[in-house]
Amino acid sequence: MVTKVVEKFRTMKTPLLSILKELQKDQGYLTEEVLKEVAKELGLSPARVYGVATFYSLFSVTPKGKYIIRVCESAPCYINGTMNILEMLQDELKVDVGETTLDGLFTLELTSCLGVCGVAPAIMVNEEVYGNLDREKLSHLLSRCRGM
Amino acid sequence: MEFYRNHILVCTGEPCVLKGALEVESILLTELQKQGLENEIRVIRTGCLGPCNVAPVLVVYPEGIYYSGVKPGDVQEIVAEHLVKGRPVTRLVGTDVEKRVDVVYQVPQILTGQERVVLRNCGIINPDEIVEYIGRGGYEALGKALIHLKPEEVIEEVKSSGLRGRGGAAFPTGLKWSFTASGEEKYLICNADEGEPGTFKDRLILEGDPHAVLEGMAIAGYAVGAEHGFIYIRGEYTLSIERVQRAIDQARKLGLLGKNIFDSGFSFDVEIRVGAGAYICGEELALIESIEGKRGEPRYKPPYPGQTGLWGKPTVVNNVETLANVPHIIEQGAEWYKSIGTPGSPGTKVFTLTGNIKNEGLIEVPMGITLREIIYQLGGGIPDGHSFKMAQTGGTAGGCLPPEMLDVPMDYDELAKVGSALGSGALLIMDDRHCIVDLLKCFMRFFNHESCGKCTPCREGTPRLLELIEKIMDGTAVKADLDLMAKLAENMEISSLCGLGQSSPKPVLTLLEYYQHEFLAHIEDKKCPAGVCKKLQVKGVV
Repeated sequence: MVTKVVEKFRTMKTPLLSILKELQKDQGYLTEEVLKEVAKELGLSPARVYGVATFYSLFSVTPKGKYIIRVCESAPCYINGTMNILEMLQDELKVDVGETTLDGLFTLELTSCLGVCGVAPAIMVNEEVYGNLDREKLSHLLSRCRGM
Repeated sequence: MEFYRNHILVCTGEPCVLKGALEVESILLTELQKQGLENEIRVIRTGCLGPCNVAPVLVVYPEGIYYSGVKPGDVQEIVAEHLVKGRPVTRLVGTDVEKRVDVVYQVPQILTGQERVVLRNCGIINPDEIVEYIGRGGYEALGKALIHLKPEEVIEEVKSSGLRGRGGAAFPTGLKWSFTASGEEKYLICNADEGEPGTFKDRLILEGDPHAVLEGMAIAGYAVGAEHGFIYIRGEYTLSIERVQRAIDQARKLGLLGKNIFDSGFSFDVEIRVGAGAYICGEELALIESIEGKRGEPRYKPPYPGQTGLWGKPTVVNNVETLANVPHIIEQGAEWYKSIGTPGSPGTKVFTLTGNIKNEGLIEVPMGITLREIIYQLGGGIPDGHSFKMAQTGGTAGGCLPPEMLDVPMDYDELAKVGSALGSGALLIMDDRHCIVDLLKCFMRFFNHESCGKCTPCREGTPRLLELIEKIMDGTAVKADLDLMAKLAENMEISSLCGLGQSSPKPVLTLLEYYQHEFLAHIEDKKCPAGVCKKLQVKGVV
């Protein structure tokens, strides 16, 4: 797996970020084994690779839920009621920021500006962005994730 | 060439997509087919039209009628009434979804009074079709530069245009180019790591007119002698990445990127690098570290990137909007460019209007326009009968201005005089329902999270400022804490390593200066005048 992904980026100079991004797609986070293998393949120290994996907020070295919900907490969303959205999610999912639901379906996180302030308040679920949220849209979205 | 009696533009900027533009488009196509109009009326996807708060937006040409807030259920009526019978659906025309204005042929208020240079194609052309860009004169400036101008003449033109960096630092672009050291291998980087809260202009430029940025990059590459270009896009901007990649592929196919462009002997190609979630990577040296596969921590300066940049080679880093200005300067000349804006800040600026303002969205106006004009004319004022309390210019790292400063001209130097900055062009408007201290906590929490930890003033300064703000909100602060905050902020400003720690004190210092009474109300009267700080509300009632 790691060898294959590293091979894919062989022609790219300093491809570490792209490789980690691709590898994370597999399990939703980067395991210690994967990081060590990447280090070996690229001839870097494991510390350097771990350092990069823990620096960027889109990488994770701990397991996450199937859906990572990132609530934008930047000022334009804040002014437009992000805190209500966050409270609704906390109530509904019964988790706090940084935690994952017991069924492993959702992880709740905060994020800085998603650049869709025109439709604040906004959240990002995995790679999709959703804006102009209210209680109704939010519960609709959660049910869709739950497959209901 | 096929001819159509009507063209319908469907805005597919991210805000419109999020509000269902693609669903509206698909129903529109079906309805047109049902009526047998598919060969008479053409539906075209465009980039951002601007009025994001009334998304999704359709424009019907040749009439030029804007339909806003179009729901899937409205499409059938638009087709049956307007496109079949020629009677525009008045209830959908206008600026305000709630009180749909009964005036036909009216463009949304936010679109009046603008001067579009960078955004001239946004909302007009299909960003996924290079021929539409070329049809609007695209890549002519690149041809002119490569065939008729020497690299140093290109630099001279940009220098004399007075163009300054649109990412926030406002450094003169031509000067930056002229500082690039000589060398065999050089790099040109387009900084599309747009992370300043409240800013989404670069996203909408990339999504609405990606070729303008590529053309600007190729011209810049020619000017400084770089054959390799990188565009570093935020990992969160999925749609931008997709559209830019498509644009690169199309430009390569037509020989507008790649080897020996226009048979001039100049070669230039562009590669996308995707960020992984770090605000600090918008800082040019942190961005370079990130492309090099490292933690995005800024380097010490000097050496500047122009001497020692990416992989140790001379490198120029320019913002998306800066580069999108370049083709226009080359094509129409520095004199024309200087005729727009103010002497110290020529040209236009793209702003993003957010917060408590009627018309949220994207605008492009000449530099020097006042805050009042932006808020009350283009922005339509403060909604729901509330009054204006504060405007933060330049994003979360910008200063906060009170109502007395509404007439300050929006240009680099004038804003610097009042302790603020034009920054990225983000404008956050806040009404009287919000508490200054509570909002400052929101700003500082952001910097506390995003500070990379490399230098002490920023790493230690941001959490201490956050603690002091929380003390004020808890009612445990004393008056001397305000002096401590100011002192700490001033120290960070002068001693932090990069722009993050140097500019994050701006909101602290401006709020302390212009809203001292509100801080004092929290500290001395234990009251939150806006009634937001929960711990004080109870005590405040007594």
